[in-house]
Amino acid sequence: MTLAGFIVKSAFRNKRRSILTILSIGFSLLLLTLMMTIWRSFYLDKGAPESAKRVITRHKTSLANFLPLYYRDKIRTIPGVVAVVPMTWFGGKYIDDRPEHSFTQMATDPDEYLKVASDKIVPPDQVAAWQRDRAGAMVDAELAKKFGWKIGDRITLLGTIFEVNPELTIRAIYTMDPSPRILYFNEKYLEEAVPWFKGTAGFYDTRVETEKDVPEVEKAIDDMFHNAPAPTKSESEHAFRLSFIAQLGNVKAFILSICGAVVFTILLVSANTMAMSVRSRTSEVAVLKTLGFTKRRVLSLFVGESIALSVIGGILGIVAAIVFTQLLSKSPVAVGVPAGFVVTLPTVVVALFVAAVVGVLSGSIPAYNASQTSIVEGLRHIG
Amino acid sequence: MAIPIKYNLRNLKMRKGLTGMTALGIALTVTTAIFLMALLAGLNRAFVNTGDPLNVLVLRKGSIAELSGGFDAALFPTLRELPGIAKDSHGEPMASAELVVVIVLPRKDGTGEVNVTVRGMMPDGLEMRPGVKLVQGRWFTPGQREVVVSDSIQKRFAHANVGDTIEFGKGPWTVVGVFDAGGNAYESEIWGDVNQMASDFDRQGGYSSAYLRATDAVSADALKHRVSDDQRLKMDGLLEPEYYAKQTSSGAPIKFVGIMVAVIMAIGSSFAAMNTMYAAVAYRSREIATLRVIGFSRPSILTSFVFESVVLSLLGAAVGIVLMLPFNGMTTGTSNAVTFSEIVFSLRMTPAVIGGAVVFAVIMGLLGGIAPAWQAARRDILTALRD
Repeated sequence: MTLAGFIVKSAFRNKRRSILTILSIGFSLLLLTLMMTIWRSFYLDKGAPESAKRVITRHKTSLANFLPLYYRDKIRTIPGVVAVVPMTWFGGKYIDDRPEHSFTQMATDPDEYLKVASDKIVPPDQVAAWQRDRAGAMVDAELAKKFGWKIGDRITLLGTIFEVNPELTIRAIYTMDPSPRILYFNEKYLEEAVPWFKGTAGFYDTRVETEKDVPEVEKAIDDMFHNAPAPTKSESEHAFRLSFIAQLGNVKAFILSICGAVVFTILLVSANTMAMSVRSRTSEVAVLKTLGFTKRRVLSLFVGESIALSVIGGILGIVAAIVFTQLLSKSPVAVGVPAGFVVTLPTVVVALFVAAVVGVLSGSIPAYNASQTSIVEGLRHIG
Repeated sequence: MAIPIKYNLRNLKMRKGLTGMTALGIALTVTTAIFLMALLAGLNRAFVNTGDPLNVLVLRKGSIAELSGGFDAALFPTLRELPGIAKDSHGEPMASAELVVVIVLPRKDGTGEVNVTVRGMMPDGLEMRPGVKLVQGRWFTPGQREVVVSDSIQKRFAHANVGDTIEFGKGPWTVVGVFDAGGNAYESEIWGDVNQMASDFDRQGGYSSAYLRATDAVSADALKHRVSDDQRLKMDGLLEPEYYAKQTSSGAPIKFVGIMVAVIMAIGSSFAAMNTMYAAVAYRSREIATLRVIGFSRPSILTSFVFESVVLSLLGAAVGIVLMLPFNGMTTGTSNAVTFSEIVFSLRMTPAVIGGAVVFAVIMGLLGGIAPAWQAARRDILTALRD
């Protein structure tokens, strides 16, 4: 019998104990994988290469303060800028207040919007139709699927910030990965309907030539409006997203402390099981030694068993996490779920590594004790 | 006859290492659960306790928040003359037109910038909020570039002490006082004179919202409907507590993640507790058989082992509660989903939270204990004795 075979055999000698341990470790690693996935999608995802070429310019004070519309032409003159569009968060309701009906609506300029958001894929004839119809809307394919919208359907949004209920016709459906679930409509429609909004925009989305231009363009824009009545703050799309997360509070510390608690708990659980398992086999260890197994051999047997248990638990947990994120992103109530909330390969590797390390740590002490017991004492042990 | 409790306690004590590790595992789970529940309790308090039931908040029709409100200033006199409004200390109707804007302030610890709500109000605005107490300095003077800040703003942001100046709008504002709002939503605000604010933010001629003070609860309700039904106004009236209660939805992401984390950790820990209890049963199979021989019934053995498991998890709960105590009262902030500004709240280990944690631990103990106890009770006496 090989060493590996022996490890597997002994790991499943007490089936119930092994299964319970695996399940316990599995649930903990499920949580750990989810937390790491949240962390990754918040802080590490730089987004698509296209996203890195976009700069968001907002009012220095806050997103709730609007910018003058004439800023657009001024931003356009800055070297490195390919296109710039005004964006306004409409913040309306669709049908009612229910969270499953909530999605983001943006007012923008259809003529140039797709030059900025070149990562959205739309059939050219639909784009042209959207540009022609001032009351037209472009919607996300997933959003369209969810609400059963087709090209030509009419929908009404209910304004909360703006005192208008836009009646829009769906003219274009775009696809993008990950799906942002946003509806876009013409900002001129909003300007005509809401007098105080005329000549203003929520923020600007600027597309620059290459990624390297981003810092320079950011600085050039902010310098340009430094002394203007509405000073601006420009940042990359990624930084803009991060500032939203920062608003949620100290998310980093929150995730880290949960991860810490989880890892510590699995360590305890796993060490506990190994201690139990070793204790019940004291006399067996003595027999092994009598047969000529060295201390090191005995040590590696037990550590191997502990690693096997935690890695199996880890695999189960990771699989559960993958299933969970898939279900979550498909569920109709997934409103606050950030795009890109999927378990990636590096996350899986890290989770498995954690499981293996937990196995080594939790197995070593009981295994060391077992390997050190003298044969005579071990044989005499009753347990 | 029931098996004495002492039997279980002694057993737990005898297997110190195992008991300790399992209890610690449960303790960490309970700590996480308490942390999340305390967070939600603090957040709920920030919204639920805000607002005076006699205050009627008036917003433009269709608007859901003060920040996105906005109505013509010319309508305010009409509002003020509505019947059912209480008189202020000068014998005038107690009403305050307010302007709510959001500004950006740097955090004191340098971890970034945060949106903070600034509220411009009329002198009656202070009179209408008797729950808010001045703790330092004085209130702002109408017509001056002066502001008062809440004590948590003072704690969390740079340059927010009495005598400091805060830069926003068109220039510096002097902080003249600090108020304590008792942990509600006002705790996240900066207050000043409405007219000064309006000129700084170029918002003359319009207000975000208006507050009307009703004489009593019945007239508050009537006043609310009078505002909503008045065709000239095109405005909605709602009682102040109703408005803030709606904003508790800001806690939804925390609630979702919190419940998910707590449930997954609890299941994991239940399995661990089950393992420990199975080991305890296996270890004592001869002992259990002996108990049966002496005459203890199966139900009493079942109860005894379930009880032991519950004691184990209660031990964990106690450790968990103690571990969390230093964090009680810790202040933190999150984004208000309705106003986009930061809402400050503190972790609150209320009796309900502690009670919840204990119940949570007992459930884990029951889940972990029932199956092993069932096995202990069902074992055949003869085979067990021969083991």
